[in-house]
Amino acid sequence: MTKVYIPLDMAAVAMGADRLAAAVTKEAAARGENIEIVRNGSRGMLWLEPLIEVETPAGRVGYGPAKVKDVASLFDAGFLSGGAHRLSIGKVDDHPWMTRQNRVTFARCGVIDPLSMDEYEAHGGGAGLARAFQIGPAATIEEVTKSGLRGRGGAGFPTGIKWKTVADAPADRRYVVVNADEGDSGAFADRMIMEGDPLSLIEGMIICGYAINGSKGYVYLRSEYPQAAVVFGKAIEVAREAGWLGTNVRGSGFAFDIELRIGAGAYVCGEETSLLESLEGRRGIVRAKPPLPAHVGLFGKPTVVNNVLSMATAPMILEKGSQHYAELGVGRSRGTMPLQIAGNVKYGGLCEVPFGLTLGEIVNDIGGGTLSGRPVRAVQVGGPLGAYLPPWLFDTVFDYEAFAAKDSLIGHGGLVVFDDSVDMSWMARFGMEFCAIESCGKCTPCRLGSTRGVETIDKIRAGQNVDANIELLKDLCHTMKFGSLCALGGFAPYPVESALRHFPEDFRKPALEAAE
Amino acid sequence: MSGAGQYSDERAREIIAAHMGLEGPAMPILHALQEEFGYVPDAAVKQMAEALNISRAEMHGVVTFYHDFHRAPHGRHTLKICRAESCQSMGAEKQARAFLDKLKLDWGGTTPDGALTVEPIYCLGLCAHSPSALYDGEPIGRVDAEKLDEIAAEARD
Repeated sequence: MTKVYIPLDMAAVAMGADRLAAAVTKEAAARGENIEIVRNGSRGMLWLEPLIEVETPAGRVGYGPAKVKDVASLFDAGFLSGGAHRLSIGKVDDHPWMTRQNRVTFARCGVIDPLSMDEYEAHGGGAGLARAFQIGPAATIEEVTKSGLRGRGGAGFPTGIKWKTVADAPADRRYVVVNADEGDSGAFADRMIMEGDPLSLIEGMIICGYAINGSKGYVYLRSEYPQAAVVFGKAIEVAREAGWLGTNVRGSGFAFDIELRIGAGAYVCGEETSLLESLEGRRGIVRAKPPLPAHVGLFGKPTVVNNVLSMATAPMILEKGSQHYAELGVGRSRGTMPLQIAGNVKYGGLCEVPFGLTLGEIVNDIGGGTLSGRPVRAVQVGGPLGAYLPPWLFDTVFDYEAFAAKDSLIGHGGLVVFDDSVDMSWMARFGMEFCAIESCGKCTPCRLGSTRGVETIDKIRAGQNVDANIELLKDLCHTMKFGSLCALGGFAPYPVESALRHFPEDFRKPALEAAE
Repeated sequence: MSGAGQYSDERAREIIAAHMGLEGPAMPILHALQEEFGYVPDAAVKQMAEALNISRAEMHGVVTFYHDFHRAPHGRHTLKICRAESCQSMGAEKQARAFLDKLKLDWGGTTPDGALTVEPIYCLGLCAHSPSALYDGEPIGRVDAEKLDEIAAEARD
């Protein structure tokens, strides 16, 4: 029996992985080959998807990107024993994309069957939870704090301190909420974990629940990720059957359960208080802070709201110790960051590295430059609220502080590459338009400012009073930044201001037509 | 494609009742109603408000806040085309515009024969394979004009 891995990851499926798996099954049957197809997560080398991997005595050998029409020739080439083929990438673990990484959060993603508890445990799963039970809640929080782990959702708040705040808040009930409303364009790390290693997220949530003395966890997943919903839903059942969830988690006497909730297409629900409103069944309107969700959160109870990656990293920190994680990274950005490289890029995918690479290394060395082959003109980092950076800022070090110093943010670690055909005044307009579409409507700077922003940029693009309107736009951005209630209105000016600052020529073209 | 079920007050009542044990049941109920009927009928919203003991105005506010919930039936098939930055970096905006113009539709519109509704979506997390789209729940990477035409033709069949 030969094990053949074909990813179930939504990106692989979007490139034909389901049809490929069916074709491989059929061809194997026709040829009398005894194979077992495992639907794994993605290794993150997304430009190679669908990537078929075959288990050989020498290790796992990869072929990609594989299409249905390649199946017969793969069998002819003897791919089941690692035979040579034009799609062969050799041993997957030896690929340069893999060898330069330090996979912590994504250590198992793409390697194991995401819905096999046996494989999860064989690859270190469960050890973190076992250690948490051994050292107790207070020491568990201490470990997470000492690791230097910061919230991977974008704000970068220290995870351990958040947990401690919730644990110390007097209450009869406390909640664990995972923010899987990964709405940023260019970001797909949460999706990949939920499809490729969902049990690590479940284990992280149990550890958190145990540490803060909470018994219920919710995962709020965006509806744009149907595959993650299916896989994670199955993973909850796998965990429950294995005794990881329920009234007596792994025989410890600790009770914990997890429920998956699906959003409904509102970007603002990625903001934690809006997310809590939505979970409670209301419009996703942002709440004023304070009180913090750590004090008054879901249903008024103290609540940890963590990003998927922060939560899924907790088991490894407990397993290997805080020191191991804290030794990676630079300055106050400790550990690793799963970079997501996307857009007009040759080698798009997920690459988990310690903080400290420069933007240029990420875009050019790892990403390989643009797919179109034209020069890179801009990179948007951190989603629709992130700044556009030009190539002359490519020496910026990828960490929270260095990016903040350049009036930008790393957000969720997504990078979108644009070539020189991009019209930056159009992208600035889109930034405002997106904010107008997604604004929850609670505060005026965001609700009205975004619409006025679209109108003002339209005037600039039409060549009307350009100088005066650019001044007006800058003033509007200032008002939105400092007057908005949450990060949607508060950060929407970043792409606009950065486009104005770095690409002023795009705002001074004679009477531009809106892209048609 | 879901949503073949004809609306009935009784069926809506069953769906609502099945979720009342949940904490904060509104969103799961709305998803279930849309799954069953293909949209969220006003009559069901009225029942929800009663079951959840909130005003109809409040319930209406919830339904209309979220882009996913629609208050009238859609076409038999739904194509969601990504408009977010990553897909724009690969020319998605112009491509989508040309496709919509060809079908004489605007975003959110349905073809006159009721076959296809075309909606914008803001990121499917398929950003390494931009432009991307979702057709009746099936993800598609590296969408080009030819693929869009194929989908439009298939929807008509």
